[in-house]
Amino acid sequence: MHDEKPIIPGDLDKPEPGLTPDPAPSYREGEIIHTAPEFAIAEADVLAPERGDVIAGSSLWRDAWRRLLKNKLAVFGMVVVLLVAVASLVGPPIIKRTTGYAPDYIPRDAKLIKPFPPFRAPDGSFSWLHPMGTDNQGRDMLARVLQGGQISLMVGVIATIVSLLIGVGYGAIAGYLGGRIDNLMMRFVDILYSLPYIILVIVLLAMFRRNTPTGQLVLLFVALGSVSWLTMARIVRGQVLSLKNQEFVLAARATGVSTPRIIFRHIVPNTLGPVIVYATLTIPTVMLTEAFLSYLGFGVQPPLASWGSLATEGIQNIGIFPWQLIFPGVTMALTLFSLNFLGDGLRDALDPQMRKL
Amino acid sequence: MNTNGTLLEVKDLRTYFNTEDGEVKAVDGISFQLKRGETLGIVGESGSGKSVTNLSLIRLIPNPPGRIVSGEVLFDGVDILALKEDDVRKIRGRRIAMIFQDPMTSLNPFMKISRQLMEITQLHLGHTRHQAYDHAIKMLETVGIPDASTRANNYPHEFSGGMRQRVMIAMALSCEPELLIADEPTTALDVTIQAQILELIKTLKQATGSSVILITHDLGVVAGMTDHLLVMYAGKIFEQASTAELFAFPGNPYTRGLLHSVPDPLAEQGELYQIPGLPPDVAHLPPGCPFAPRCQRAEEICKREFPPFVQLTADHHSLCHFAGEVYEESKAEARP
Repeated sequence: MHDEKPIIPGDLDKPEPGLTPDPAPSYREGEIIHTAPEFAIAEADVLAPERGDVIAGSSLWRDAWRRLLKNKLAVFGMVVVLLVAVASLVGPPIIKRTTGYAPDYIPRDAKLIKPFPPFRAPDGSFSWLHPMGTDNQGRDMLARVLQGGQISLMVGVIATIVSLLIGVGYGAIAGYLGGRIDNLMMRFVDILYSLPYIILVIVLLAMFRRNTPTGQLVLLFVALGSVSWLTMARIVRGQVLSLKNQEFVLAARATGVSTPRIIFRHIVPNTLGPVIVYATLTIPTVMLTEAFLSYLGFGVQPPLASWGSLATEGIQNIGIFPWQLIFPGVTMALTLFSLNFLGDGLRDALDPQMRKL
Repeated sequence: MNTNGTLLEVKDLRTYFNTEDGEVKAVDGISFQLKRGETLGIVGESGSGKSVTNLSLIRLIPNPPGRIVSGEVLFDGVDILALKEDDVRKIRGRRIAMIFQDPMTSLNPFMKISRQLMEITQLHLGHTRHQAYDHAIKMLETVGIPDASTRANNYPHEFSGGMRQRVMIAMALSCEPELLIADEPTTALDVTIQAQILELIKTLKQATGSSVILITHDLGVVAGMTDHLLVMYAGKIFEQASTAELFAFPGNPYTRGLLHSVPDPLAEQGELYQIPGLPPDVAHLPPGCPFAPRCQRAEEICKREFPPFVQLTADHHSLCHFAGEVYEESKAEARP
């Protein structure tokens, strides 16, 4: 697919004899959709080899997806995020099977901290066994970084899902009902907003401290999710306020559709664009918060690891064993970059200004 | 159900809006009747209360700021204004359906056409998905959408304005409502499509035997479509008569002005007549006749006293101090 290259309809298909295309009508890929049928056919050949689905609805999602694919940074972000996610999921078991190092396996020669290749250990030995070296206990860093990726991504995704569930519902109801109920609901949000949320999370985590690592993890999800829905609620409410006075909502009411159904079937799907963008941008924010909390010692507890807690351990030895900070740090930075690129790309792709309604 | 009786009777309907500018009496004491199978036209300038009247009928006035202050809307003998919200919902779309002015915005951009059509029948007729889908296709064919089974899977933005209005009509008629309210159904469409849509409404109305309320500011539209006419101005009914009678012998200076301002293609080229002035600010109405400042016939009494609703014939009423005289004038003009 060529970026912004003018497409002359005639030379894409077998040119019909006697039919010469207009002199250089510079149509860009995205714009062809609404032109004459012969252009549509040309477009079908370029963009959708399966002819069948050209006739099926060209939905807004399809247009958005097409625009997203044209954004190189966003595609890069998407690929990196997918790679990191897949590696985090399948990496630790594979490492365990091939080298025997589970993320929390402490070997007998634990005292010997190994660097990552091509550097040699202090005793001169060398091996490819630990591509990222080992940590203070001799655990394999690669396995730990990948397992930390699991936790970090999971914290980001689950907290975002929680914020989606609460935020979208809350904002949509407040926006649609309006009046006094809206006022009350949004003032409550304002109050929560005015609390310093990091401190709130720390207090929550400290108050309900769990003894097991998993318990602490669940608490972390709840704590992060319960503060990150506020902005989502505001965004959705704003969208709903502008949507609820549109005629299609009146039309739905005039056909007897019930209020909950209007909110969740008719209005909420129309807010999905901004919601998806914001959710994508919430994931890195939450991950960063998690790293920060882990750094303070409130986050994930060993033997579980997250990128934040790995970095915390790493920073203590930064002078001697710098790889213990570099690898989790770089992985995390790369993932956060990628998520932000992806979010920005989604925003451009789903931008209401560009949307062909 | 008798087939000749009154389907809808509106008594002294008043809908007010609270605005920063004071209380706006958008609809102020309107009464009319609609028989089964009849078409009623409501004409008036922008802001005369036509749309508010019809939203009031099925209680879709946004509250706040609007509220129905008083009145009765007897639909098939039941007062809609006294019903519970849930019961009104069962009437909306099932027994009273609406078509809106702007087909570009009255379909949900995120739902396939088929889904929007299916929703109604699943809701009101208890159709299964399968039945509803078949019904949706049938309705799309009825309103003249070519290749309906393919088009049903399109999204609204893939339809033209006229096609969308057809979809809206298909939606409105899905449950074979007894009353169809068309709120300026052709205003946003170009003239050739207008004619098609009106013809479609007319045909379907005859096929299903439902009553129609047609709101418009286009007198040409009502002339060929309606049995009765209401002329509204400043939230009040100014004149009420059968369509033929009203066009032939208007009994109100305002109606005369309206009819006069319709361009006549047969007349010589010349200046187009227009009623002088602007529609009044409904928040601050003068004590007398609201039309008095723009009326050529106005006299001292018009500014002081609110005019009476004069009965001219059994079926012809006019809100004017001089209704009788105007009526006679119209008759005199028509005779030679």
